[in-house]
Amino acid sequence: MAINSNKAIKINQKHLLGIQDLKISEIKYILSEAQQFIELNRSKNKKLNILKGKTQINLFFEPSTRTQSSFELAGKRLGADVMSMNITNSAIKKGETLIDTAMTLNAMHPDIIVIRHQDSGACNLLSQKVNCAVLNAGDGRREHPTQALLDALTIMNRKKNIEGLKIAICGDILHSRVARSNIYLLTMLGAEVNIIGPSNLLPKDLEKFGVNIFTDMTKGVKDCDIVMMLRLQNERMTSSYLSSNREYYEYYGLTPDKLKYAKSDALVMHPGPMNRGIEIDTMLADDINKSVIKEQVELGVAVRMACLKIFCN
Amino acid sequence: MTNKKKYFLNAQIIDPCNSINEIGGLIISEEGKIEASGKRVNKNNIPSREAFVDLSGKHIIPGIVDMRVFGGEPGYEYKENYRSLSEAALSGGVTSVVTMPNTKPVIDSVSIVDFIQRRSRDKSKINIFPTATLTKNAEGTNMCEFGLLKNKGIVGFTDGIKSIQSSRVMSRIIKSAYDFDCLVMQHAEDHELSKNGMLNDGIISTKLGIPGITDLAEKIIIERDLTLLEDINCRYHISQISSKKSIDLIDYKKNIVNFTTGVSINNLALNENDIGEFRTFLKLSPPLRTEDDRLSLINGINKNLIDVIVSDHKPEDEESKRLTFSQAATGASGIETFLSLALEQFHNGSIKLEKIIELITHNPAKILNINKGNLSIGTDADFCILDINKPWVVKKEKLLTKSKNTSIEDRKLQGKVLNTFVKGQELFKFK
Repeated sequence: MAINSNKAIKINQKHLLGIQDLKISEIKYILSEAQQFIELNRSKNKKLNILKGKTQINLFFEPSTRTQSSFELAGKRLGADVMSMNITNSAIKKGETLIDTAMTLNAMHPDIIVIRHQDSGACNLLSQKVNCAVLNAGDGRREHPTQALLDALTIMNRKKNIEGLKIAICGDILHSRVARSNIYLLTMLGAEVNIIGPSNLLPKDLEKFGVNIFTDMTKGVKDCDIVMMLRLQNERMTSSYLSSNREYYEYYGLTPDKLKYAKSDALVMHPGPMNRGIEIDTMLADDINKSVIKEQVELGVAVRMACLKIFCN
Repeated sequence: MTNKKKYFLNAQIIDPCNSINEIGGLIISEEGKIEASGKRVNKNNIPSREAFVDLSGKHIIPGIVDMRVFGGEPGYEYKENYRSLSEAALSGGVTSVVTMPNTKPVIDSVSIVDFIQRRSRDKSKINIFPTATLTKNAEGTNMCEFGLLKNKGIVGFTDGIKSIQSSRVMSRIIKSAYDFDCLVMQHAEDHELSKNGMLNDGIISTKLGIPGITDLAEKIIIERDLTLLEDINCRYHISQISSKKSIDLIDYKKNIVNFTTGVSINNLALNENDIGEFRTFLKLSPPLRTEDDRLSLINGINKNLIDVIVSDHKPEDEESKRLTFSQAATGASGIETFLSLALEQFHNGSIKLEKIIELITHNPAKILNINKGNLSIGTDADFCILDINKPWVVKKEKLLTKSKNTSIEDRKLQGKVLNTFVKGQELFKFK
């Protein structure tokens, strides 16, 4: 799939709430825009003024390192005025509801709000109450669209086409918004997606999303071009999903041995932050011949710049 | 009471208790009792000097007995009180309600029952039949005083929104309820399996990223209870079922033990797809399930596997619903739209009209052992007049309940209650 840089394509959505709301042409458009920012981010002068005079508010209700800093940098490089709300010091801690927070911020006339929230659908609720564009930086278990877009961009930079690739997504699928967004995006772009995880961490009726389900990792990664590992979300596990981390690593952790079942030029991905030695072998994670984990972070800024540029206008 | 006698003629009278479904009239005595009903009452045998109401083309049905209503009092008066509940109920043709005991404090002792009875006498225009909890503070551990509470006028026992989890406690409840001839009403839900769940476990919950509730959580409690009943069979009622799995189980158990089953109008009229993008007003318990499940419930009614339809009227204030789906309160208000929504199943040919009326009048009264839901001679004249075809649209600002959390905002319905009478008095008139 060649990146289509047809400038005539318009995004129909006002907000970026999830991959499932986008059309293929819109996804390709966002990726082609992002492509142009990769070089800029590697050059000495990284500042543009595309969003000069625009106000971007980052509203993060959940801890985040890479997504929040990535969005902040992206906004700043495009020339926007970026404000990152510190939730611990805000009225939310005093019991203000999401809708009231939204109304308050809306009264300050932002042009774009980037939100991460622990509840699925929080960004949908916010988008109904504000006048500006809302970008979803992760809502509960539902979607994390910019992560899926940056994953796609990373894959395309290495493998050219996504169509026809065999991609394994492995780990805690149940709690993962990254998995859901990637399933929508990668199947839409023509990849064959294998989902791997223990039954306790697989959501119901997942096969209806057009993916293959495996509980045996070696079968699931067989002949794959990409092995995407997910973080074990211990903070979301309230009751016994797994017996132990040790057993999980033995059966679902990505090790050089298990990676041998994939294609010889298979790439390893991880959205971060990693639990080294639980879902991924630490040497493998740092192996520059196999792992593109750092590249994912790098391209994340470019993807977010593209999203801000497109949805801000 | 110094009322005049009232005469209603030429209506289609549906009174399932007395197997009446015919064109006829109704005579209400000065005391507000039914004096005569049915085809025997016509223009030729009433005194010619008396004025009568000609109800040609209209229906008369007994006042609806709604077996699952959250009344708000005490503790949640800001969500609903007996006065607002009465107005809402009457506009929907409901003249008797069974109130759930999940109040603040919960209804688990004789003195609180005394309090709500006095409140309902003072404030309510409809008949309020309170339930008490099965266990103290609805904690599922220590049984309530079934005998004393029943003497005080409690018609049934239920932990309302909770299910008895311990098999040991449940087996003792069944034995004790048997001794006192009490009705046990179970909300069937294994809380271990349903923990954190908010909607049906399936493609919708996976897509929305919201933890699901498996239909097994319902089935497993029903299966346990019906098995316990094989030992001692007390009066037992499953409050609401939501899935095909439960229907199949009930079909199998029907010949082994005696029990009755209810279903919420929400589960009959809606399915999980209606939740759309996080509509919190459709966050319900039991959850809306698949279209297959919904159809199996309708089929269950036609096969006599379901005895009662309830509104599951659960008023929640705006503040409890204007939140993310995870944070929002569970439940929908629905007493006013109850009958009209049920009539959808008649208009689309799924269930016979007489059957629907039976499931919301005679059957619940029979299960509760109360003399309501019928037009028998000598009983209180609780009834309503119905235009079965009148179209209307549900608008939340027009609802009379204190909380406007309807699950069917903007739905076009067919069939509207025109007048509602309690003890012969017209307390609601459609304008």
